[in-house]
Amino acid sequence: MTLIRTFLKRLVSMLITLIGVAVIVFFVIRIVPGNPIAMMLPPGAGEEDIARLKALYGFDKTLPEQFLIWGKGILAGDFGTSITTRQPVMSLVLGRLPATLELSIMALVMAVALGGALALAGTRQRGGKTEAVIDVTNGISLSVPDFLWGLLFILLFGVLWPVFHISGRVSPALDLPFVTNFYLFESLLRLRFDIWLDLVSHMFMPALALAIPLAAIIAQLLKQSLKETMHLDYVTLARTKGYSETHVILREALPNAILPTLTLVGVQFTFLIGGTVIIERLFSYEGLGNMAIDAVINRDLPLIQGIVILFAVIFTSVNLLVDLTYALLNPRLRHG
Amino acid sequence: MSFLKLEGLSAQVGALPILRDVSLQVEVGEVRALVGESGAGKSMIGKAILGTLPEAIRITGGSIHLDGENLLAMAARERRHLIGAKAALIPQDPLTALNPARRVGPQITNRLVDILGWRRKQAQARVIELLDEVHIPAPERVMRAYPHELSGGMRQRILIASAFAAQPRLIVADEPTTALDVTVQKQILRLIRDMQQRHGTALLFVTHDLGVVSKLCQSMTVLYGGKVLEDTTVDEFFQSPAHVYSAALLAATPKYTDPDGSLMSVPEAVTRSVEAEIAAHDHRRPG
Repeated sequence: MTLIRTFLKRLVSMLITLIGVAVIVFFVIRIVPGNPIAMMLPPGAGEEDIARLKALYGFDKTLPEQFLIWGKGILAGDFGTSITTRQPVMSLVLGRLPATLELSIMALVMAVALGGALALAGTRQRGGKTEAVIDVTNGISLSVPDFLWGLLFILLFGVLWPVFHISGRVSPALDLPFVTNFYLFESLLRLRFDIWLDLVSHMFMPALALAIPLAAIIAQLLKQSLKETMHLDYVTLARTKGYSETHVILREALPNAILPTLTLVGVQFTFLIGGTVIIERLFSYEGLGNMAIDAVINRDLPLIQGIVILFAVIFTSVNLLVDLTYALLNPRLRHG
Repeated sequence: MSFLKLEGLSAQVGALPILRDVSLQVEVGEVRALVGESGAGKSMIGKAILGTLPEAIRITGGSIHLDGENLLAMAARERRHLIGAKAALIPQDPLTALNPARRVGPQITNRLVDILGWRRKQAQARVIELLDEVHIPAPERVMRAYPHELSGGMRQRILIASAFAAQPRLIVADEPTTALDVTVQKQILRLIRDMQQRHGTALLFVTHDLGVVSKLCQSMTVLYGGKVLEDTTVDEFFQSPAHVYSAALLAATPKYTDPDGSLMSVPEAVTRSVEAEIAAHDHRRPG
């Protein structure tokens, strides 16, 4: 009951956030210097041509008028038309979304697996050499940003010892029988493991570059709260019952220690999605981020707006999802 | 025959002695009090027996025999199993001793199922019986509850039921009433005594409350600075304490007959003489 009310409340605040984002992105990209019309004009175009083009894209109206037209369109499910490709923004953006989602989720899974394993190992071996090694590794992983990891991987595993693909999402020679753009997912469903392996080989390095800083944060925070939890009375009591150290960590301490980490992972995951913009560019990965950079370079205003709105929807949904998971995992909140 | 036997147990944090040459025995079915001021090492003895000493504390000598087997000479896995099967803990603070993320029922039955290999149904039936025995109404419902839904007194009853669940031969009770309010304290003490008598379990009762000792225990060990000062029966202790420190401790106990009397602590002269005695003893036994 309370959970449903919380959910509805969060939906409303999500909507307000999205409207705010729409307003800000709309006006900011029109205030900054740079003009989409100027990019399209052939050399030697006259005043008349400029006026005609402006009228065609609606740039002759006042800003509030333009905003209203855009807003009405969105309510009808129409995000406008891309200036550079002349295709609907909606289909362009949704076509690229699966690639970015797959990359981000792959990175998240890697970060949770890596960070979780390090935290558990460090807790199990606390006070020893293993923990010291883990702490140092964490420090290094945290202080190097994701795009530098990306460059390093390209150099190591793309150039010096080429084991992974360094560019694109899938080998162009492959014939893709897919109906959706969730290639990684669909290749598994269709049991096309050859394509799946090719996809993973392309995705591995960008995903790992995105994952490493997050893995380090997870490892550090989870290990800290695990170590604090290990001193609590219910953990001691479980020890007197005859349980092993590993069981005590996994069954008694972890369910409680994981809560603060979960909140942090939610926040950090949105940063990770933001990181895909540069990482996708670096690895020429055909996702939303790469498209966003092209859109900004070409001053493709409707496309920029569409991408930013979509990113905002992803961010707020992730936050909502984290809060719901938190409430489900923590019985004290569930009834509160 | 003594069920628990500590001989010459010594422990240190770095170079600082926490336990000095502690020897004590608990007979089958005996209720022994472990008395001392805070910092005397009484809780540490309980932790040493149950294998939950903090990592920084190192046992430097002596032995702990539980049911005839030396715990300190066993492999970690066997030691854990022996302790889990034959001994149990009633913890100090019921508010922190139950896992907040898990329902109460599995927290009581888990030892029976995971360590002792009972069937789940069988363990559940046994626990419902026990919850009834510690006067918990609607045991089935309580087993499905989360700890935060229950009062402190309820939780301590659950922990007592949990301690007795596997029919242990020894229970270490670490100041089990300190965290409860006074009205509940009495009920819980009576409950522990009833349960102990019904099940014939040996009880090592760690406390600083001599009033509780006189009501609950048969024998007692007095500790100061990690050292045993006196090992006696409760009757003898209250009639004629043998050690000067014991007498001072007894004199410092507030009396219900004299509620206006000023609160006394153990006089400094006494603690100084005890410390000199311990120092002299340490000096005689190098190492």
